[in-house]
Amino acid sequence: MEQAPVASLKKTPLNARHRSSGARMVPFSGWDMPVEYSGITGEHMAVRERAGLFDVSHMGEIEIAGKDALAAVQRISCNDAAKLQVGQAHYSGLLTPQGTFVDDLLVYRLASAHFLLVVNAGNIAQDYAWIAEHITPAGDAVAVDASSRYALIAVQGPAALEILQPLTGVDLGALKYYWFAHGEVAGVLATLSRTGYTGEDGFEMFVPPQSADRVWLAILESGKAAGVTPCGLGARDTLRLEAGMRLHGSDIDETTTALEADLAWIVGWNKEDFVGASALREQKSHGVRRKIVGFEMLDKGIARHSYDTYASGVKAGHVTSGTQTPYLKKAIGMAYLPVESAGLDTEFEIDIRGRRARARVVPLPFYKRPK
Amino acid sequence: MAYPAGYKYTTDHEWIEINGDRGKVGITDYAQQQLGDVVYLELPEVGAKLTRGLAFGTIESVKAVSELYAPVGGEVVEVNAALKSKPEAVSTDPHGSWMIVVKLSNPAEAGVLLDAAQYTALVSQ
Repeated sequence: MEQAPVASLKKTPLNARHRSSGARMVPFSGWDMPVEYSGITGEHMAVRERAGLFDVSHMGEIEIAGKDALAAVQRISCNDAAKLQVGQAHYSGLLTPQGTFVDDLLVYRLASAHFLLVVNAGNIAQDYAWIAEHITPAGDAVAVDASSRYALIAVQGPAALEILQPLTGVDLGALKYYWFAHGEVAGVLATLSRTGYTGEDGFEMFVPPQSADRVWLAILESGKAAGVTPCGLGARDTLRLEAGMRLHGSDIDETTTALEADLAWIVGWNKEDFVGASALREQKSHGVRRKIVGFEMLDKGIARHSYDTYASGVKAGHVTSGTQTPYLKKAIGMAYLPVESAGLDTEFEIDIRGRRARARVVPLPFYKRPK
Repeated sequence: MAYPAGYKYTTDHEWIEINGDRGKVGITDYAQQQLGDVVYLELPEVGAKLTRGLAFGTIESVKAVSELYAPVGGEVVEVNAALKSKPEAVSTDPHGSWMIVVKLSNPAEAGVLLDAAQYTALVSQ
């Protein structure tokens, strides 16, 4: 079936490739994006067992540079960027003064006073405005929305390294998890980063938009024997959920703090002031009243985003993410529960379209890749 | 995938294969393509009463939940238990994967359903 593009949607540099390859396209955060190529289950399994190829060029890139760039990043990003060496990246949050999420992001230290922030597609304009406003007191630093200068392509899965290595002179095996290097891939200038949103080993490549299609085709060709599979956002979502990774807008947002989201590990407790610090310190000293948990269903049914949860018969919150996972073949999800009901193995109920179904709190992540 | 000529179709993308006063009900290839990989089915019990156009169950893919709508009114006389434990068959063989058998309360209702040619035209638009 032909799918007419919606005129107002933004397109990544690979849009024509997705359409000519028969991907099913959907509007996502203002972008015309592939939700699936051959089917979410098959794509999900390909990433767990072989490799998947993703276009994530809709993600935003904001650069912060200037003499006081570190101070600027330290102020707006909750993790401690002073711990980053040049060539290293980490997961972090842009927080409100209340310690809740404006967005979550990856922070890359390109040079000692030059950072690259990768933010969610739907939040680029809002993040940029928020960053520009909040870095002013930090001194001599500017923020630039560089999103249109990058295409972002991810190869994820146990075969990712063997597929990519023939295409680049960068020694990928020497690149540690959450480190990156500049080089070329398929003859195209690229920044190669050992990161991803699937719970597998893999790489994300920042390339010039006009060269994205060339890189995409080169990876498909190089990965043919290993069984590389083009994947859409549907599999990206089920993969990240199995890996216990939070999705901004579902699991974390402006109503949930970094502590409630069980992300204390991305808070730079020892650094100086940052936006949200005092609220988080206060919450830490008093303890949170609710927190995010992973759960699996005990009764039949699949809990979905926004379904109500009940602890000891009392409405307790709602499901933030939920699906039937292709690899673990279980109905799983995440939800906020009062701390007294959030202990491992605690049973609670979820209202699945009018029927109460039992679920049990289990450890996050649901899936951990074999080392 | 061709739409079987002997089936009748709804604009909600269910099919029914009518034999006398009974009909087997499933969803069309178009519907399963829209849903993506089917992972869960919630079907009524034998004896449940159906009203044409109202939901009789739900079908879930990895990414979404959809209602199943009764193509005709009547009573459920059989449920495909094997399909409940193997819902992915709906994705691979939609026109062979019947979900329920309904005893039609008013066989004249089938007259408003689409035939294969009309349904094919509907989903080719």
